[in-house]
Order: sequence, then C-alpha cells, then structure tokens
Amino acid sequence: MTPSNPTYQYVGKSVLRNEGRNKVTGRAVYVDDIATPGALYAKTIRSTVACGRIKDIQFGPGIPWDEFTVVDVRDIPHNVVELIKADQPVLCDGVVRHREEPILLIAHPDKGMVENAAREIKITYEVEPAILEIGPGAVQTEYLIVEGDVDAAFASSDIVFEETYQTGSQEHVYIEPNGFIAEWQGDRIVLHGSLQCPYYVVKAVKMCFGIEEKQVEVIQETTGGGFGGKEEFPNVVALHAALLAKKSGKPVRLIYDRQEDMACSTKRHPSVSRVKIGVSRDGVLKALDFDFQIDAGAYVTLSPVVLSRGVLHAGGCYRWPAARIRGRSFTTNSPPYGAFRGFGAPQSLFATECAINAVADRLGMDPAEFRRKNFLHKGDKMPTGQVLDVEPNLDAMLDRVIAMSGWAEKRASMKKGSGRGVGLATILHGTGFTGSGEVYLQSRVALAGRADGKVDILVGSTEIGQGTETIFRQIAAEALRLPMEQVEFHKIRTSAVPNSGPTVASRTCSVVGRLVQRAAEQMFEKLDGKSVAEYVKANGSLRTETQFEPRPGLKWDDATYKGSAYGAYSWMCNVAEVQVDPVTATPKVETIFATVDIGTLINPTLAYGQVEGGVAQAVGWATSEKVTLRDGVMANCQMTNYIIPTSVDAPDIQLEFMPTPDPFGAFGAKGVGEMPMDGPAPAVTAAIGHAINKTISAIPATPEDLIS
Amino acid sequence: MRTNLADYECLTPGSVREALEQRATGRKLIPIAGGTDVMVWMNDGHLGKVGKVYQSLHALAGEWRYVKTDTEGNLRIGALATYSDVRHHEDVKKNYPMLVHSAQVTGAIQIQNRGTLAGNIANGSPAADTVPALMVYDAKLRLVNASGERVVELSEFFTGYRANVLKEEELISEIILPKPRFAADQQYYRKVGTREAQAISKVVFAGANDGKGNVRMAWGSVAPITLRSKKTEDAVAAGAAADDAWAILQTEITPIDDIRSTRDYRLKVSQRILADFLGKVHQ
Amino acid sequence: MTTNITFQLNGREKTVQAHPMARLLDVLRQDCSLTGTKEGCGEGECGACTVIIDGRAVMSCMVPVCQVHGSKVESIEGLESMGADGQTCLHLIQEAFIKCGGAQCGICTPGMIMAAVAYLRQPESAPGGVAEALEGNLCRCTGYTRIFESVKTAIDRMKTGANQSR
Repeated sequence: MTPSNPTYQYVGKSVLRNEGRNKVTGRAVYVDDIATPGALYAKTIRSTVACGRIKDIQFGPGIPWDEFTVVDVRDIPHNVVELIKADQPVLCDGVVRHREEPILLIAHPDKGMVENAAREIKITYEVEPAILEIGPGAVQTEYLIVEGDVDAAFASSDIVFEETYQTGSQEHVYIEPNGFIAEWQGDRIVLHGSLQCPYYVVKAVKMCFGIEEKQVEVIQETTGGGFGGKEEFPNVVALHAALLAKKSGKPVRLIYDRQEDMACSTKRHPSVSRVKIGVSRDGVLKALDFDFQIDAGAYVTLSPVVLSRGVLHAGGCYRWPAARIRGRSFTTNSPPYGAFRGFGAPQSLFATECAINAVADRLGMDPAEFRRKNFLHKGDKMPTGQVLDVEPNLDAMLDRVIAMSGWAEKRASMKKGSGRGVGLATILHGTGFTGSGEVYLQSRVALAGRADGKVDILVGSTEIGQGTETIFRQIAAEALRLPMEQVEFHKIRTSAVPNSGPTVASRTCSVVGRLVQRAAEQMFEKLDGKSVAEYVKANGSLRTETQFEPRPGLKWDDATYKGSAYGAYSWMCNVAEVQVDPVTATPKVETIFATVDIGTLINPTLAYGQVEGGVAQAVGWATSEKVTLRDGVMANCQMTNYIIPTSVDAPDIQLEFMPTPDPFGAFGAKGVGEMPMDGPAPAVTAAIGHAINKTISAIPATPEDLIS
Repeated sequence: MRTNLADYECLTPGSVREALEQRATGRKLIPIAGGTDVMVWMNDGHLGKVGKVYQSLHALAGEWRYVKTDTEGNLRIGALATYSDVRHHEDVKKNYPMLVHSAQVTGAIQIQNRGTLAGNIANGSPAADTVPALMVYDAKLRLVNASGERVVELSEFFTGYRANVLKEEELISEIILPKPRFAADQQYYRKVGTREAQAISKVVFAGANDGKGNVRMAWGSVAPITLRSKKTEDAVAAGAAADDAWAILQTEITPIDDIRSTRDYRLKVSQRILADFLGKVHQ
Repeated sequence: MTTNITFQLNGREKTVQAHPMARLLDVLRQDCSLTGTKEGCGEGECGACTVIIDGRAVMSCMVPVCQVHGSKVESIEGLESMGADGQTCLHLIQEAFIKCGGAQCGICTPGMIMAAVAYLRQPESAPGGVAEALEGNLCRCTGYTRIFESVKTAIDRMKTGANQSR
C-alpha cells in the first residue's frame, strides 16, 4: 500500500525526460534512421477493390523481374496474422475483403526500381458488392449488460428522451509512419520496428513461421508516436518484412510512406449509438437503454475489446437505477479498424454526454446541475453491477471546472445562436485491461543489479512519447532509495526483457508501474543495506521479478459480463468554449478547461503533456478530422487533406489536477493517456450547438455540416 | 517518395539568358521555381504525367528575385520572389494589404520561404491563395522568351483547368501591379480553409471598391480557374443589392464537390462572403 | 543523371554527387548520414524535415538539392556547440524543449526546433508570434502547449542572456 502523505524524492517531480537529450539533438534512432548496407527496399502491392476475387496477376514488361524478390501467398508457412481471432491473412488468399488488402510483396536494392515495378503489376478482379456501412453486414461480436428492471424504470419516468449519435473514424497521424527492418540470422529473425507491443509481434511471427519464441528477436526502436495505431497493426508490417527477408536472404526495409500508411493502416472505429434515457421531471435519471454499434472492418483485429470498452463506459459517470447496454460490432469491407486512444470509450461516451446535455436542455436545467444530481458516488452500482469502492471526487471537480471556466457567466452572456458557446462533459475512464484481461496477461517485470552499481529496469512496456522510461526510473529509484542516475531503462529487445504486457489501455504507469515498484521494493529488501555493487560482487547477481496479482475482491465474469469491469477509474470534467464563424460556419475551439483525476501524478510535466495532447486529438476528432471513405478507402490519405490541428488551431488548454490516488496503482497512479480523448468531443459539440442554436448529433462537426 | 529519379532529367541554367535559350530548343521543360509544387508531384509519383525534363530556375535569383516599386509607381515582383519576400516587403505592406494577407495564409512559413508567386500562377491551381488578390490589383504578367517579351493581364492568363496562355518557350519573368487605387478599408480578402494554417482553400475571395465605379471581385476554388466575376462587378458598381448580385454571381461560378468540400458549402459561403463584402465596402 | 553540388553544411563545406532533383532531405539522411532530419509526410505539410537554408526555415522534402548549391544549410546536428571543456553544449532552445516537455515521441522535435531557431533569430519572420512561427510543424503528441512554453522559455533566457544563442 502507498503511504499517505509521503515525501518522495522523485515521484511527483517533473524529472527531465530520460531520452530527451537524444530527441532534441536528433540522435534518437528511429527505424528509418538505421543504416542497412546491402538491404532491399520493400513495397506492398495492395487490392484496388473492396470486395471480390483475384482473377489474374500480370507482371508487366520493362521491369527486370529476375532482380526482384516477390513474395506471394504460397511463400507463407501459416497465412494468419495471429491476434484475437485467426481470421486475417498475412497476404490475401484470393478473396479480397477490403481495399488496400496486401496481395504481393516486392523488394529490390534500388528504391526507385521498386516504385516503377509496383506500377507494372496489374491485378484483375471479379468484383463483388461491398458492404461499407454499419448495419447490413454480419454481427461480429455482441455484448448485453442489463441491470435492474429497465422497462419498468422507463414506464415510471416522466420524460423519455431518444436520439441517435454518430462518430466518424479517425486516423492516428503519428508523425512517424509504420516501418520495420527484418533480417534472418540463420534460423533466427531479428526485427527492428516502430511499435507499441513487442510481444504481439513475437507471437505473430512465431505463429506465422512456425518457429520457437527464442528464434524471434523484436527490437523496439525510438517510436514516433503510436496512440494505438502501433498496437496491433505493426504485426502485419513485421510479418511482411520477415517474409521478404526470408525469401531474399537479405535484410529488408519496409518503411511506409504517409499515403500508404494512412490508406491501409487501422483507424478508430466509426460508431452509431441509439440512446434512450428515462428521467424524472426534477432531473433524476431513471433508466438507460443504449444500443452501441461499431464498424469493425473486414477482420476482427481488436474489435471485440474495443466494443467491450465502449459498452463498459456507456453508462458514463452517472447512477442508473436501471440500464440495458447492448453492443455490436459489424463486419464490413472497410480496412480493419483497430486500437486508437480511448478504445471505444470516446465513441460511447460521446453519445452518453451528448444525450445528458440534451436531456438537461429538455428539462430546462443547467447541465452542470443536472449532472450533479446524478453523479456516481461511493457505494453506487454501475451497470455491470460493480459497486464503487472509492468516492469519485466529481462534485468538487465539477465545481472547480465551472469556476475556472466562468461557466455560469458565459452561459448567461452567450446567447444561443450568437456564434459563441460553452459546453460541458464529465467522464470516467477505466484503468488497464477490461474485466479479467489483466489477469490473463500475467504481466512480468524484472529489475537487475549490475556490477557497476546500477540497476536495469527490464520491461516490454514501450516508450512511445508518453514517458515510460522516465516514470519507471522515477518509480524504481524511489522504491530502491537510489539516485535516479543509478537506475536505467533497458532497451527493449525481447530476448532481454520480460513480457510486461502491451503498452495500451492506460496501463503502463499505473499497472506496470506498480510491478516495477514492487520489484524495486523487493530489491531494496534483498539489498538489506548493501550497495548494488557490493551485492552483485558478493552474490554474482541481483535480480527481482514481479508478476501481476489481481487486487483483492476484484471479480469479473466474462460469461455474464458482470462484475468489476476495471480496478480503478480516472475522472475528468471538461468545459469547451467555442466560436463559430458567421460567414464560414467554421468552429474554432478557443479553450478547453478541465479538472483531471489520474491519481498520483508521477511526473507533472509528462502528465500535463499527455492530457494536453489527448485533448488536442479529441478536438480534432470533433471538428476537422474526417476520414473520407470512397469506395472503401480513405480518399484523403494525405496530411494535406486529413486535417489535424496545427499550432494556430489547437485550443488553449487549461488543466487542474485533483488527484484521488489509487492504493493499488504505482504510488497511487491511475490511467492517464486515454481519458483526455473522451470528454472534449461532446463538450465541444455542446458548445457548437449552443453557439449556433442547433442540436449536433454527429462528429466531426465540419463547416459543411454546420452551415445549413 | 514514389518516383524513380533516374527516369527524369533536370537542367540547371545559370542565367536567364541560358534558361531561355534552353527553352528555345523546342524541348518541353517544366520550370521549377521554389519547387513546392513539383516536389509534391515527385513525392506522389506523378512526375511522369507532368513531364520528363525539368529546369530549375533557382540560379536566376540574382536577376529575378526582387520586389520593388518602379519610377511610375508600379510594384514589380520578380518571378523568383518568394511569398516571404512579398509579405515582408515595406511597399507591399503599405500599398497592397491583400497581397500580404494572401501570402501569409499560403502554406506555412517554410513554404512561404521557398514558394514563389509566379510559380503559383504558372501552376494554375484554382485554389491558389494569392491569385485572387493579384487579380483585384489588376496584375499583369511579363512573359519572356529568347527573342522578346509580351505583357498579359493576369485575369486573362488562365484558359482552363491548369491551362494558360504561356508558351513552351516562355517563362513568367515578373508580376506587375499598377499603382494602388483602393483605400485600405475598401479591400476585403477572405480565405476559407478547414484549419487556420496550412489549409488548401475551399473558397478564396478578394474584392475591392475604389468608390469611383471600379469594383473588383476575384474568386478561387469555385471554378476550374481563379476568375474575376466581371458581371457581378458591373452589377455591384451599378448599385445592385446583395440578392441581385448573388443571382448574377451564380452564373459566373461553378463550384464542385471534391475531397476538401462540397458544391453546396462553396455556394453558401460564396453567397455569405459576397454579402459580407458588400456590407463592408459597398458604398 | 547526377551532378556535383557543393554547399555549406553545418558550417563545413560539403560536396555531394546527386541527381539535381534529389530531395535535400534524402541527401542529408543518406549521403551525409545526418538522420536527425525526419520525414513525416514528404509533401511539405508536417515540417518534420525542417532545416535552415541561408537563415530561413524550409522543408527539406520540398527542396531539390541542386537549389542548395552555394547555400548555407543547417540541420539539427549543427545546433550544438563545443563548450570550453570539450563537451558538447546544447542550444538553449534544445535545453528548453527538454525542460518544458516540448518533446514527447520526438519525431517532430528536430524540425520543430529548427523552425523555432529560425524564429528566435528573426522574430519578424512571424509577426503572429510563436504559434505562427510553428504553424508548419505538426505535432500529434503535445497539443503544442509545452512546445510554446519551450520556445517562450528560450526567448526569456535569451533576453536575460543566460546562454549564448548562435
């Protein structure tokens, strides 16, 4: 347990980023920065139809094909990208299920030749009708959660509100595109990549080639952003590079350019939510009926888990005497959707929050006061039956954000339709994997003392910009009572570091950090006053390892989808202030005010950076970031045409942290990275609605949508 | 980068004279001024559609990179003057505010430091941000070849989508703006993009009124070319109300749906810009 | 076709043999082995490849290398200086980015810093201030707040003369 009122040396301090110096000098090595003399440049040949069968493949004239390495489906030992379900082929098996589906891989020592050759491969198809929207396709996964007598609760409600909400897809736009370098050294493959989850890649490569885990070495290079986009998608890139390397016997560079990356890689799942809310005249919520649907795309990838998180967050931070939440993912012929910061929760919470704002409006209540009446408190039951065992500090957080933002005065002074508006959203986000997921993961970390007196942190949890290296060093140094200079973060190569689980789900700081803390505490005890160098000299080695242990009393039943969905929750209250241009109907998000509870701030500067970055992404998702699908492919797959915020677009972001530490998180930390993706979109939507006196139920709310 | 550079040739003349002589040989040479369009095509693998042989004009900067006011009071912008050269030039800031504004909203500073106004004109994108402003200022272009030169009106330069009157052997040598004639508060420039910087315009408009019966209105991204709405100008000069002017403007612009916006949006915004313009400058 | 191109790179004369239209970005990264300059989009939009040519920030993916013949090119690798003690010494903008959290994943950082350096040397190049100076540099991690703070911190330190800016 974390002591109360501790005085820490490192935890809570804005220690400088571990790899900061390398990043500001250009010395940090990203995968495309690695020199590979003698390597081949690779390219993926992709489908140009969304649905159909391959009839013929022609290799055109004028290309010295004998100089090329060409991999097709016959070269693949086991044609499956191993993930939740073994449904996605590494290369198309003849049946095309989405646009940009990989069909062939080519490689050559000259990059220019590769580009010319790619243009000379002509594939013809027997085209079949494609399904490109939610609804007509097969249901891939379905969940249903029911708590209380929902029908009776609606019957006893004074007002029943119903509305449908939609959210668009979103592209991650990590500034570094996906890339891998693969090289076989005998029967062992070495993969350098830009990635979040090294052990996902190990598993995928092991299964595809039918080899042992020890034959696969995955090395994470400095990774230029992930946001979920480098959770599972890199498996595909790694497999392709490995196949070409195998066939050619040479190192292979497979580095995507921006357009390919945007067109073919996973994105946020589009969603449709039908929300029905029963409420009493005096503003007490009675019942929720929530039908949550997402487009999964052509293959399963991680969609069941995204759907799950969406379903589990649909109730928001409110007390529902009765709730029915149904979630379905649909198979379509869109490129598979995948992990993206928030992982389903931003989609369902968008609908919940929009609906709560609309119901407050219907009741003629201030949305802040309406929320206050219905906030969850300690002892309240959530739709999964989980009873909150800590008091969320929501009332105080709401008070504070209202004061910070000048909510009441602005609401009064900005008349509806005046072109200016404010909007509110209050949300929660579960830390770590859903339900029993953390238990299945069996995450492990290790600390190893060295003869030079330093301690290495051995984890597979990656630094992707969020600060893993820094916070783990802070946590370990704190628990070891050692100067931080003596604690180092070991480069992630899977032969050297244990599997601490994927770097996703806001779990790294809180959940994995806790394992680091425990390993450090154990090492401190083991040292028993000796220095690390002394101990290593005397005993030959010094190593402690910890493995995930579920928190006491936490139960989850996958069969009934009941129990404690998450061990801890983070909370955030958001106020958005916007202006809508009267001539162009372009919304400008001027300020996002927020109060944030992520438990203990291990490193305030990094925490601010995480939340601010998430807020900016959420504002982009709400306003300008539109994935324009044409014939099943992102037609605007360029940074010129997919519009993320620039330095002059990003809102002013004013944050205040109000921590309620989690006793089971590292030094009291809870999930950080994803939550800021949840609240700004509905807050912005409400503010725009206020500004133009119109109800907005779909995002992105582009000027084209707003002008009519 | 999707281009095999080995398939392409690039000439690097050291002087205007050498450049024009190269062009006089009858070869089709695609000029590169700042490179901010050509390099995008190269990245996209589209060079093949444009041409096989390129001609970098960069070394002509000594002759053609200038912004100056001549003795008759005309502003002369050399073909290799960049957006930055233009927007920070004292004479431009004093006399041609819409040019400053339009150069400042073109790309980002890094692009403004390379890209040239003449290149932007020659490229002929209907979304070019500076072209409507230049048209309202009655810009002329000096076109030169190895044996002579001619001067054409910018508003008559474009003949169709990315097509213009420039001949293979010619280059634009300078842009000439007549003495300023519009009061600062009678000029109106508006770029509509999806974000505040680095946006390709969905509608772009420049307009001005000298109070003596001369009205200028030029539009980008609402037709295959940047154009002056001359009928609407005449109607406004004759005192037409906003609704009547709008009825006429609709016969002059032909916006379409594309990757950045919709016909419907462009029409609505054009109507609102027109009304806003008339409200602000019409007398 | 290749040709010899000579330019000053981070203060030293450099001659490369390259296709005249080769991207300066590729020449820096491959021919000069300076991989601090990054490629994020290849179309002049993200600014990760920003370098300084003759005092002005440009995107090196948009520059055909023949156009830097005779020019002064500065990349992120040229920012550090050698201190009196023989140790390399960071530019104060680099220090500010570390201190203020201006770098997260780091891929936009070298370009962001080069754009900021051009602005620090010539504030009149962006009358709209720091936000305008950096409008050509996309960052997906920070929301820009910490980046603004980094640049402002560097400006303050320059004013107080805490470090020598070059």
